[in-house]
Amino acid sequence: MLIFGERINGMFTDIGDALRNKDPKPLQYWAVKQQEGGAHYLDVNSGPAIPTEERVAAYEWMVNVIQEVSDLPLVLDSTNYNAIEAGLKVCKRPAIINSCPAEQVKIERVFPMAIQYNAGVIGLTMDKKGIPKDAENRVAFAMELVAAADEYGLRMEDLFIDPLILPVNVAQEHAPEVLESLRQVKMLANPAPRTVLGLSNVSQKSPDRNLINRTYLAMAIASGLDAAIMDANDDDLVDVAATAQILLNKSIYADSYLKVFRSR
Amino acid sequence: MSVTLVKERYSSKVGEVVLGATSDQGGTRTSTVTVGGDSTLPFLHFEGEMQNRPVIAMEVNDIVPSWNDTIKAQFGDTLSNPAAWAKKCVDEYGADLVYLKLIGADPEGENRSPEDCARIVKEVLSAVGVPLIVAGCDDDEKNNEIMAAIAEAATGENLLLGLAEQDNYKSIAAAAMVHKHTLIARSPLDINICKQLNILINEMGLPLNKIVIDPMIGGLGFGIEYAYSIMERARLGALANDKMLSMPMICTVGYEANRCKEANASVDEFPGWGDLQDRGVLWEAITASAMLQVGASILVMRNPAAVSLVKKNIADLMSK
Repeated sequence: MLIFGERINGMFTDIGDALRNKDPKPLQYWAVKQQEGGAHYLDVNSGPAIPTEERVAAYEWMVNVIQEVSDLPLVLDSTNYNAIEAGLKVCKRPAIINSCPAEQVKIERVFPMAIQYNAGVIGLTMDKKGIPKDAENRVAFAMELVAAADEYGLRMEDLFIDPLILPVNVAQEHAPEVLESLRQVKMLANPAPRTVLGLSNVSQKSPDRNLINRTYLAMAIASGLDAAIMDANDDDLVDVAATAQILLNKSIYADSYLKVFRSR
Repeated sequence: MSVTLVKERYSSKVGEVVLGATSDQGGTRTSTVTVGGDSTLPFLHFEGEMQNRPVIAMEVNDIVPSWNDTIKAQFGDTLSNPAAWAKKCVDEYGADLVYLKLIGADPEGENRSPEDCARIVKEVLSAVGVPLIVAGCDDDEKNNEIMAAIAEAATGENLLLGLAEQDNYKSIAAAAMVHKHTLIARSPLDINICKQLNILINEMGLPLNKIVIDPMIGGLGFGIEYAYSIMERARLGALANDKMLSMPMICTVGYEANRCKEANASVDEFPGWGDLQDRGVLWEAITASAMLQVGASILVMRNPAAVSLVKKNIADLMSK
């Protein structure tokens, strides 16, 4: 189970301000803190803080300042592919592109770029029309992304299918459909593509967010989830990831398994 | 239609452990032995590397052992002299390492003092140039005393010291750490305890490349399959980047194989089992060969005739 730390995102005030002021400290603080929490990758998203025309320079800067303090590989999170490419050029370790929907034009832009920079791709099970309601249509989009990986020569392990979880308070019927999608995606190829979720979405604007997040994480891991973009500093949540790993017999049990999961 | 060779890709490998130290490194060994480093299942050279071949440590005791005569006869009168015995193992039988077991320390037996034990270790160190493995008797408390003395007396030699166990690891781990030796971590056929023990030892500050796993095998016909599957699981764990299971493994083949009745009973007693001479050799050699197939890095053996067979087996398996 891979944890992609979600915190370096311009939607958070401290990161947004840091981006506007070119102050590396908050980014570096969260890079180190998330690594200590248990993150395996760091998601990097400028959010709306930076005007479109400055995003290319911003991603290059973000990657560089984060790499000054952390060896963790990065997940470059943007809809602006030029910005992602600028980031990929300066990444020291193979990164992951976040993300590419099942749209031909975007696939043609993203997959060759992934091959060129030895990066992974998060593929979203949606197209221009939006997020489907049921598992069947999510899996159909996943199949298109799997076919694209095959066509461009991206290793299946480098394709992370994201079946897109929505907030349970307003889109409750999606939660079980996403679990079903996770199960079915694992049957699309051999070796299977990997799977990922933007976990915190499930609890947007609900009370007891942490409880919802960790309950859904356990359910999703049991359904075949390989990675989650999530709060790497929510200790209870990281404990759930570690424990699920043990209960699925993916990591050999030892009394100190919680500690082992966080060490590297 | 062409056939594509299926190759597994592993994300990690077994850690390398160096035993012994030459004069440049503060010891007196003529050469060191490196074990581990494998990036594949045993001997699958086509999909990974077997960095170092498995090695054989021959067992030497500080008192004349109660082994059967077919084995003892091959050592002649050296059995009462650990240094001469060790020298014979290395010079004549080609042992890569000497495994010195200090049975004489047992309070129920000779009750040899820590100083005496340390002296015997020093004698064996001067008799041979290969690295040494030193294990104690069956008494935990006494072992802690003798190992502290031995670790200190042999500072710099990078001995492989045994045995750390789940309920008794602190003092020997401390001795290994202070005097820069390597440590055997023994678990009772239990992969969970094996992993936890490595964690506990590592938390004391001993680096992972100073630990060797002893899974406590069973001899052929007496539970060998439990050891076999546990070792396979540990190896797969190591290859999948489980750092706490990535240590090389040591197997006490000679002890386990030779306490089986089949390795000791004469043909008169059990006519259906055939000649004891061959049976005894094969009982130990087959136990060892099975362990090689699941990733043993160090085989602790007794019978020179079995050693010679297993050496040939290793050479065959290592040739690509």
